[in-house]
Amino acid sequence: MSDAINELRAEVPLPQEGFEVVYQRPHSLNDTQFTYCPGCQHGQVHLCIAEAIDELEIKDRMIGMAPVGCSVFAYWFFDFDFISCPHGRAPAVATGIKRADPEAIVLSYQGDGDLASIGAAEIVHAANRGEQITVVFINNAIYGMTGGQMAPTSLEGMVTSTSPRGRDVSIAGKPIHVVEMLSTLSGVAYAERTTAHDPKGLIKTKKAIKKAFEYQMEGLGFTIVEVLCGCAINTRRTPKDSAAWVGEEMNKVFQVGVFKDIKEEG
Amino acid sequence: MSQMTAEAMKDDLAWLPKGRQLMKGNHAVCAGAIRAGCTAYFGYPITPQNEAIEYMSGALLDVPNGIFLQGESEVASINMVMGAAAAGRRVMTSSSSPGISLKQEGISYIAMMELPMLVMNVVRCGPGLGNIAPHQGDYFQAVKGGGHGDYRLITLAPASVHEMAEHAHLGFELACKWRNPAMILTDGVIGQMMEPVDLDAIPVVDWKKPDWAMGVNRTGRKPNLVTSIWLDPEDMAQKHLEIIDKYERLKAAEVRFEEYMCDDAEVLCVAYGSVSRAVMGTVRKLREEGMKIGLLRPITLWPYPYATLRELAKKVKSVVTYEMSWGQMIEDVALATRLNPVPLHFVPRHGGLTFNPNDVETPLRAIYANPQNSDTLWEIS
Repeated sequence: MSDAINELRAEVPLPQEGFEVVYQRPHSLNDTQFTYCPGCQHGQVHLCIAEAIDELEIKDRMIGMAPVGCSVFAYWFFDFDFISCPHGRAPAVATGIKRADPEAIVLSYQGDGDLASIGAAEIVHAANRGEQITVVFINNAIYGMTGGQMAPTSLEGMVTSTSPRGRDVSIAGKPIHVVEMLSTLSGVAYAERTTAHDPKGLIKTKKAIKKAFEYQMEGLGFTIVEVLCGCAINTRRTPKDSAAWVGEEMNKVFQVGVFKDIKEEG
Repeated sequence: MSQMTAEAMKDDLAWLPKGRQLMKGNHAVCAGAIRAGCTAYFGYPITPQNEAIEYMSGALLDVPNGIFLQGESEVASINMVMGAAAAGRRVMTSSSSPGISLKQEGISYIAMMELPMLVMNVVRCGPGLGNIAPHQGDYFQAVKGGGHGDYRLITLAPASVHEMAEHAHLGFELACKWRNPAMILTDGVIGQMMEPVDLDAIPVVDWKKPDWAMGVNRTGRKPNLVTSIWLDPEDMAQKHLEIIDKYERLKAAEVRFEEYMCDDAEVLCVAYGSVSRAVMGTVRKLREEGMKIGLLRPITLWPYPYATLRELAKKVKSVVTYEMSWGQMIEDVALATRLNPVPLHFVPRHGGLTFNPNDVETPLRAIYANPQNSDTLWEIS
């Protein structure tokens, strides 16, 4: 895939004289095309992360954790060291890496099934210990890779392949609010929820991720950015409707905003 | 004493375990590990190996760049080990049977990622919670895989406290040489017992981060990737072939065992770990009576000394396996002797009961007198 793009580039030389590059692919991404589905925001969030890393000039210090889920192959796209972690265990793996290599800037990229369900213990304890890592938590309210099963963040009444009559809170409880929960822990330096369904949300997402990395660089503690995303395929929506659903329905249940900022607290 | 004199006398290697010490096995393994360059430990309390995590919680704080962390669970701990191993550390964890079951997910990943690390299992009696008494019921789990998928653990079975320290070093050396996880499979007898340990005999290793490891200072190289996923079966098959080839080379190079009075033996005993100590004492005693009995003690349980056992079994009238289990290693004894059948006997202890001298001697006398002794005769069933 990368070779194909390079061939195309070779065929279409960039104009040299009188031009300057004002917008290009971030250095922290390689040339591989994203393989995510239409209407999925993983790619946009990857871009936010890569741009933040480029701006902070920390690419050579980065180590990424790939989770189990749709972003299991995140390392196909990022141009830095990566490890593919067992389901939900990324914060524990990240703990081992960061302690073994304190100069590293550690990114744990996880989805809602990975982080909020099977990995609930690992994320809570990593946060409580104040591990110097940055977690980007993609909340799309569904299990994507396995085909649309109910997630711990699925909305009340939401129809999924394992809640065909809608999420019944008397059976499955209500959707779990991760950043609110983690922000109560003293080890957490920064916790924000943003949304990736529109350009405004993506600008805020990139800003939040950059801030989280900065806090990690300063050694202030555990940082997490929860990003609301859509899964058009598994929610049986068009990409446009999926984005609108995130902006309307998900936003009602999951409030965006900063839930913990150690600097603001003084 | 002036300050300067005190400074001059300060030992820069004060953190290094050294000298001849009376130690518990669970302490010795940690002391040996630190001498072997281990700078990181992640674990979770469980009896009967708590002395290990307790030792590391203090000792590693004095080791340069040492890391100790009590994880929130065995599951988290093995994944922390995975991270530190991927970042190039010599890292270990320890646990006991129920905790080792929880670590199997991580061990499977670590095996496929080809990361070196050392895990100690101070086996207790199971299944389930069982009890905290010594047992050998985790043999299959250790040497046949344990977690999901087709992999092997380098498995060492120390039989003394000194050997616990030795095997910590050996385990790291083999794990790093072959980029494969290694396990010390022991029990509460060796873990809790105190014996003299000559720590100075354990090599000191100044471990350096290998090129394949992840981490900072990657200017001018391609990203390092540590993974266990190959989605395309063609790619996975290739990876499997590479790992199988590694295992075959490992099997040819690293088998370790101890032969005790086997040369003219008519009865060959096979036992590992703490059980081999009880059997060795009995063999020595019966030899004094002129009875021709020998002992083969596998030191590596994987790779297993099949070839040695096959040759030894050709010369004896019967083979007797002692195990604190329902019968696990004896299946490997049967595999080793399958081409030249010899009567196989099995003498177990159950429930966490250990071998008293009589538990070894009485059946051994009966087997010596009658190679077909029906009380102990074992067949695959």
